[in-house]
This record gives sequence, structure tokens and C-alpha cells, in this order.
Amino acid sequence: MSVAPTKTITYREAMREAIREAMLADERVFLMGEDVGAYGGCFGVSKGLLDEFGPERIRDTPLSESAFVGAGIGAALGGERPIVEVMTVNFCLLALDQIMNNAATITHMSGGQFAIPLVIRMTTGAGRQVAAQHSHSLEGWLAHIPGLKLLVPATIADARGMLGPALADPNPVLIFEHGSLYNLDGDLPTDLRTIDIERAAIRRSGSDVTLIAYGGTLPTALSAAEELAGAGIEAEVIDLRVLRPPDDRTIIESVTRTHRAVVIDEGWRSGSLAAEISARIMEQAFYELDAPVARVCSAEVPIPYPRHLEQAALPQPGGVLDEVRRMIGAPPDE
Amino acid sequence: MSDFVMPSLGADMEAGTVLEWYVKPGDTVKRGDIVALVDTSKAEIEVEIFDGGVIDELLVPVGERVPVGTVLATLHPVGAEVPVPVGATAAPMPAPAATAIAVTAPPASPAPAAAPIPVAAATAGTDHRIRVSPLARRAAAELKVDLSEVSGSGPNGAITKADVERARTGPEPPTPVERPPAPAPARATGDRHAAMRGAIGALMARSKREIPHYYLQLEIDVGRALDWLGDANLQRPMNERLLPSVLLLSAVARAAAEMPEMNGFWTDGAFRPGDGVHLGVAISLRGGGLIAPALHDADEKSLDEIMAGVRDLVQRARAGRLRSSEMSDPTLTVTNLGERGVDLVHGVIYPPQVALVGFGAVRERPWAIDGMLGVRPVVVATLAADHRASDGHAGGRFLTLIERRLQKPEDL
Repeated sequence: MSVAPTKTITYREAMREAIREAMLADERVFLMGEDVGAYGGCFGVSKGLLDEFGPERIRDTPLSESAFVGAGIGAALGGERPIVEVMTVNFCLLALDQIMNNAATITHMSGGQFAIPLVIRMTTGAGRQVAAQHSHSLEGWLAHIPGLKLLVPATIADARGMLGPALADPNPVLIFEHGSLYNLDGDLPTDLRTIDIERAAIRRSGSDVTLIAYGGTLPTALSAAEELAGAGIEAEVIDLRVLRPPDDRTIIESVTRTHRAVVIDEGWRSGSLAAEISARIMEQAFYELDAPVARVCSAEVPIPYPRHLEQAALPQPGGVLDEVRRMIGAPPDE
Repeated sequence: MSDFVMPSLGADMEAGTVLEWYVKPGDTVKRGDIVALVDTSKAEIEVEIFDGGVIDELLVPVGERVPVGTVLATLHPVGAEVPVPVGATAAPMPAPAATAIAVTAPPASPAPAAAPIPVAAATAGTDHRIRVSPLARRAAAELKVDLSEVSGSGPNGAITKADVERARTGPEPPTPVERPPAPAPARATGDRHAAMRGAIGALMARSKREIPHYYLQLEIDVGRALDWLGDANLQRPMNERLLPSVLLLSAVARAAAEMPEMNGFWTDGAFRPGDGVHLGVAISLRGGGLIAPALHDADEKSLDEIMAGVRDLVQRARAGRLRSSEMSDPTLTVTNLGERGVDLVHGVIYPPQVALVGFGAVRERPWAIDGMLGVRPVVVATLAADHRASDGHAGGRFLTLIERRLQKPEDL
């Protein structure tokens, strides 16, 4: 394999680069949301874009998620390619009627006459001490809705590469950016042609157990896998990348090799995305399982503000290790 | 030829019942392999074999109760290069010294009573449907392995694919069908509780009858240790935090390493030091009774390792899955009754050990330091020691060493 040229960049910059590229490539693309213009976005993603593209294409909106998400749907119906930024997934609840009753249904209800090529970006997740109303992970709820596509970039390459294909998709696409990932930095391959929005990715190969994670829990899974390797247990780590529709094939193939699975999900356990993944494994790979599928999820409380309680409420590598040890037990003999 | 005999799994055991054989004639075993599950009438213990070799014959069928020392199986060395085991000539001896077994406990007098042992073992699942993972069930069908003869190592004792494969390996293809089904050994929970009380009673009575106990106590200011622990825990994620009892165990283990006369056995009228500090950790069992399995080489373990080790022992003790070496190895027992809220404990030594260290509850007390009165967290450490093996002078030094260790928690 030849070494592709790379450059070092943060997750935040990768998102910004992706927006810039899309806007330069297609004048129908514009960005809309609270404070995305003069302020540069609540998480600094759109900093500098107002100067480059002007207020027609980098549009600050009033504080009304329902209104500006609805406006985005209208623009998409009218042939534009809007990128709507919702500050956090918690606030998308104010726009849920637009997302579910309009964006996700119009193509179906119009008998395919209208496409909704809309992208909604939102921050998700906890870990930054911004308290319950800004910290929840509601991807699992949105993944329930037919008609939507849900993407979760957990790497620099995906942050940089997922937006293009999302805008090209005729259906509404939701992109979730975990707040703890914005400062992540790393090398970006300059060749992004291989970025798809269909498949899960195996971020680490292993033979003993499959750790299934996405977004903010990918670093948790990788760190647990490192520690397990020290104990002689080789964990395979799957980054789901696409929450709806999930890539069953990659998951099932991996579980068929390892015979054990732990799903790591920052959502609450009950009715979670982890529950869905676990059910799919049971449906499609029951006779491959050598232990019940385990889940490591957030504690079922509003995410607490104090740091120690917040950390205690979130999935941690230690919790993953406990589940894996329970599954595998002490090594035989020796 | 060597013999595998019914081991003495604690000073109190007279007889045991083979509940399950994990090997069959022709199987190759190596030292430390778990070869059988034995019911001591109080608990089910996985028994490790001391000598490697090839199993010739299983002499005691599943379900039969035999005295300690009875030959359970014979084995011969693999090939010529394997030396004949030392205990090869051992005939069954009246004393429970099991030459072929991983038992380091010295021969005990015939008096019954043993390690207090898990009641929970009986309810660990054998009354229910066998737990088998879907993959293991499929593998068993393909490999024609009889699942009723496989023991599970998975979660909650479930049979995994690896267990099935292990059950199948051996020079000859398995012929489980030809063997009459083993009669299900009685594992009634009803009289198990009474049996355990009886065993504890007999052992403790023997201890009080034979061992001239002396008792010492020392109040220890644990303010520094707890402050240090609090700070250390702040740096740790919730699930890796240490409990104060880990500091106590570590302090005792390290002090015992310096005081060999507190760490070992009194047998045949003489003291024999332990081959390492294997702390017996007293664990009370749900439903009554207690057990004190060994935390091996505790003086060489880090605090994290002690924490993990104790957690593992408690879990397995309550699930009834302790190993024979854990039952017979402890060289010094520690009991912590502080959680029950008592101030101090005058312990009864677990024969043939020669000492027992007890801790009461940590309490805030008025405490004079440098002519000033302050309020400090204080714990009372007690020592019950065997006067045949040591004197009060040495015992006092031992407690002082423990105290000194607790003043330097960063070195634990």
C-alpha cells in the first residue's frame, strides 16, 4: 500500500473545510442556523465563512428551530441544497414536527414527486459539563424514523468526507457531531473519494470480541480495546458511522468471527440504539453467539453537571472491560 | 504411576463427593489443571492436580462420597521424558496429606471442620436447565459432545464453545453414549447450611481447644491514609476507585512479609513459615457462613491488583467457584468487621495458621497529637496469635509495623 499524502487538521476544521468545499462547488448550497454567521457557530465550525461567502449564503436565524428547519425543508423543496445547523440535538426536539412530519414524509406522501435534499447538522453528547439540557444523545430516537438517513462522523476523515455525499443524497440526512470530538486532531488523507455513507468501518481488527461504537463512544471502545490487548484479549472495534439504515452486514460478519459483542452507546439503555443493534445481532447471528450481547450505555438519569457525576453517568472504558471480562472469564488453564 | 487422591480442602475436611470429572482416561493433564469438582458437603470446589501425566483410570464414580486420602484416579507420565512424580508410591494415608494434589495445607489432625465455605454453591445453577451458549450448543451437536458432561466457564457458568472443544479433546473420540448416565449427586441446599455451621463450629472449637491464643490491640490514626486515598481516588474514574480496606490488606501483607513468624502454619509441634504471603480474606456469604480464600502473594501486589483480586474472590466465593489452592493456601487471615459497625474484633485463628488480624470500624475520635487535642479517624487493629509460634513482643511489633505502613500510604 502506498502512503497517501496527508495533512494535520482538527475535526472542527475538517467540518468547516467540507462546508467550504460544498459551497464552492455548488451555489445552491447555503448554511443556516443560530449564530452561524457573525459569531462563527456555537462550536466555531463556521468561523470565517461569513466573510468568504456573505450573509446570503451564511444565514443567521432567529432562535426558533421549528421555523428555520421548516425553512430549510422549503428551500430543499425549491431546489436549493441547504445545510441547517441545530445547536444541539436537545433543541432539535423543537423542530421534531418539521423533521418527522415534513422532511421524512413528503417524498412518500407526494408519491415521489418531491425530494428533500436537506442536511441538518447537530452537536450531540456529553462530557463538557454543559448540563442536562445540552448534553443528551438522542440519536436513537431519530434513528427510529423512516425516511431519514443518520450519519455520525467519529474520525477526521469522516468529518471531512461525509458532507459531500450527504448533500448529494435526495433524502434528508442528519449529521451528528459529538461535542467532545471537535478538538480531535489528526492526519487527513487528501484523497477522500473512498468516503461512503453506507457502511460501518472496522477501526481495529480482533478475534475475541466485537466492540460496537459510534461517534463519541468510538474513543472509549478503542481505549478499552488497547487495555484488553494488554490482557491478551483481541477486540475488534466497529464504528457504526451510519445509524440509519445500519450496516448489518459488517456487524454480523464481525460477530460471526468473534462470537461475542458489546455495544457502547451514549444514549440511555432503555429503548436505545444499542438495544436495536443487540436485537439485530440476536435475529441474524443467534447461533454464532457464545455469550449474551452486552451493552454499555449512559446511566438513566439526566446527564449531571458536576464533573465526577457526569463521568460516572457516561460509558467508560472500565465498563467495557467489565463486560468483556464477564463474557470471556478467566483464561482456561494456565 | 502416581495417584490423584481426595484432597484436604481445608483443615476441617474429612470426606468429599466427586460431583463431576473434567477428565477421562487417556486425557493428558498438567500440573494445575482443574480435573474434578468436589463437594466438601459445604461447598463445591474445583480441584487442581499436582502432577502432570496421562489419566489411567478414574476409580471413584461421580456421586460417591469418599474419605480424604482415597485414591480417585491413577495416572502415568507422558512419554519417558517426564520424571516419575515424587508421590508415586503414595498409598492412601489416614492423614489427609495428599501427595498428588495441589494442597499446601499441612496434614491436619482428624478433627473435622474446615474453611467456612459457600452455601451459595448449591444454588449456582445445577438444579436448573444447563446454560449453553447458542454457539456451544451448535458445536456440541457437530462434535457429538454430550453437554451434560461439560462444565461451563462462561457468564453464570454457561457452557461456551471453548468448553465443548475442551471436553472433546483427547486421543480417542468421546464415547459418552456408552457410559451409563452418572447419577445426579445430591446437592440439597437444606442441610448444607447446617453442615456449614457444623464445619465452622468444629474448626473453631478445635482452634480454641488447641491454640493458646493471645490478643493485642492497637488504635491506629488513619487520617493520612484516608486523605491520601481520597486524593488518589479523585484522579481515578469511578469504577477504578479503591476502598479503604485495600489499604488495610496491603499494610498487613507487607508487614507480614517482614514478620515471617506471623505468616505460616503450626504443624506437628513446630512452626513452618509460609512460602509467600497469601492472605486469607474473610468473606461472609449471603445466607450465612463465611469463607476465607487466599489472595496469593498479597505483599507483592499493587493496590489495584489487591482491589481486583478481592473483588474476584468475593464474586467467586459467592458463586461457589473457588479453587482448591485458594482454599488451602492462606498463610494469615484478615477479617474486617468494621462494615458491621463494631469497634474491634478478637478473632479466632484458623488452624493451622498462627495469627489473625482484625479491623473494626473507622471512627472519628478525640486524639492527642503533639499536646493538642484533635479529631482523627481511628481504627482498632487487633491481633490474635498463637503463643506456641510467637510471643506478645513479636505480636506487638507486628501491629506496629502495620501502623507504620498505614502512615505511608503512598508506599503501599
